[in-house]
Amino acid sequence: MNIKILGSGCSNCVNLEKAAKLAASELGIDATFEKVTDYADIASYGIMRTPGLVVDEEVVLSGRVPTAAQVKELLAPLMS
Amino acid sequence: MSTATTPDTRRHSLKRRGGLLIAAVIWWALYLLNQPFWDWLVGRVVGLDLTSRLGSGVQFFFLDTVKILLLLAGIIFIVTVLRSFMSVERTRALLGGKREGIGNVLAASLGVVTPFCSCSAVPAFIGFVASGIPLGVTMSFLIASPLVNEVAIALLLGLFGIGPTLMYVGAGLVIAILAGFIIGRLKLERWVEPFVFETKLRGKIIDSTAGLTWDDRIQMGIEEVGSILRKIWPYLLVGIGLGAAIHGWAPQDFFARYAGPDNPFAVLVAVVIGIPLYSNAAGILPLIDALYAKGMPMGTLLAFMMATVALSLPEMILLRRVLKPKLIAVFVSVTAVGIVGVGYLFNAIL
Repeated sequence: MNIKILGSGCSNCVNLEKAAKLAASELGIDATFEKVTDYADIASYGIMRTPGLVVDEEVVLSGRVPTAAQVKELLAPLMS
Repeated sequence: MSTATTPDTRRHSLKRRGGLLIAAVIWWALYLLNQPFWDWLVGRVVGLDLTSRLGSGVQFFFLDTVKILLLLAGIIFIVTVLRSFMSVERTRALLGGKREGIGNVLAASLGVVTPFCSCSAVPAFIGFVASGIPLGVTMSFLIASPLVNEVAIALLLGLFGIGPTLMYVGAGLVIAILAGFIIGRLKLERWVEPFVFETKLRGKIIDSTAGLTWDDRIQMGIEEVGSILRKIWPYLLVGIGLGAAIHGWAPQDFFARYAGPDNPFAVLVAVVIGIPLYSNAAGILPLIDALYAKGMPMGTLLAFMMATVALSLPEMILLRRVLKPKLIAVFVSVTAVGIVGVGYLFNAIL
């Protein structure tokens, strides 16, 4: 699973990354994490509010920082 | 998420409403008891003379700090919960296809109600422009959003009442609409970084507010209060400290002499000083409160506050990613002229 965190470095993106990593490890998912900080790249995903969470090139969340539990809810159905 | 009302969810929702009600009552009680408490503590217990410089300065400091914290907490919470019903994505959908003129008015109004933090300024700008919304309309949104923000409204409401608050909101909207419209008319698209127009928006458009429960919204409200207070408390203390110093030490009508209605340059100077100043509303308003009490006219003060809040160096640096320097210069100048105009207008009619 490829997980991308979209954001330019403000504390929201950092917290999203922490929540996502925690969720992935609790679900036992072996995921690669990437941070996307270039604005053109971020915008090309169609989100208008950072931070954004992209899983396997699909945007699953944008604009707020979820708890690890909420990220787990988002990731669980995407486990193949 | 199931919406069936089982006895559990009914009890939960009652608990939630009860919790909110209790919080509101406590808030009101603290707000009303604030002044008498500090009068008693500083005046009686510590024994300072409240009419003396030291006494009134100290009392002002604590009084204002508590009052402002309460106002901020209350209004940020309410505004965040209300805003959780609105999203930037929906704003973009609403603005799509609107001509200039109407588009500017709509964009400015939406800029006020849409949740928006300045770190999202660039993605939002790209998102609007790449989806075909005219540059001028996007500018109206970008100007209105930081200019009319809930922190400023909360503080104006608490310190000056509903009149100046409405004036501020009205003026902010008018400036955003006109400035955006003018920028649109000037056809400055060539001064936007080209990559913005070439950005392909792929993927599904996710509405960041879809599927939020009331619990989620309340949680967001509480978190936003915490996050904003954590960010601004140093500014707040400095602003209140300065305000307290002016309150206690500057002679009455001090500013009326130098910056009063007789001085035609007051508004201009206020705006010129305000533009490079980086502060948010929380730091500026206690200062403005004290200046007003010492005789500075409201128009000049509102202009000063708008100049400080609407245009900031960090935001300009961020926008440099998408706007060429000439466009940034136009953006700043048009907004500044609008603010100066508003300052003179309010001084004249008040």
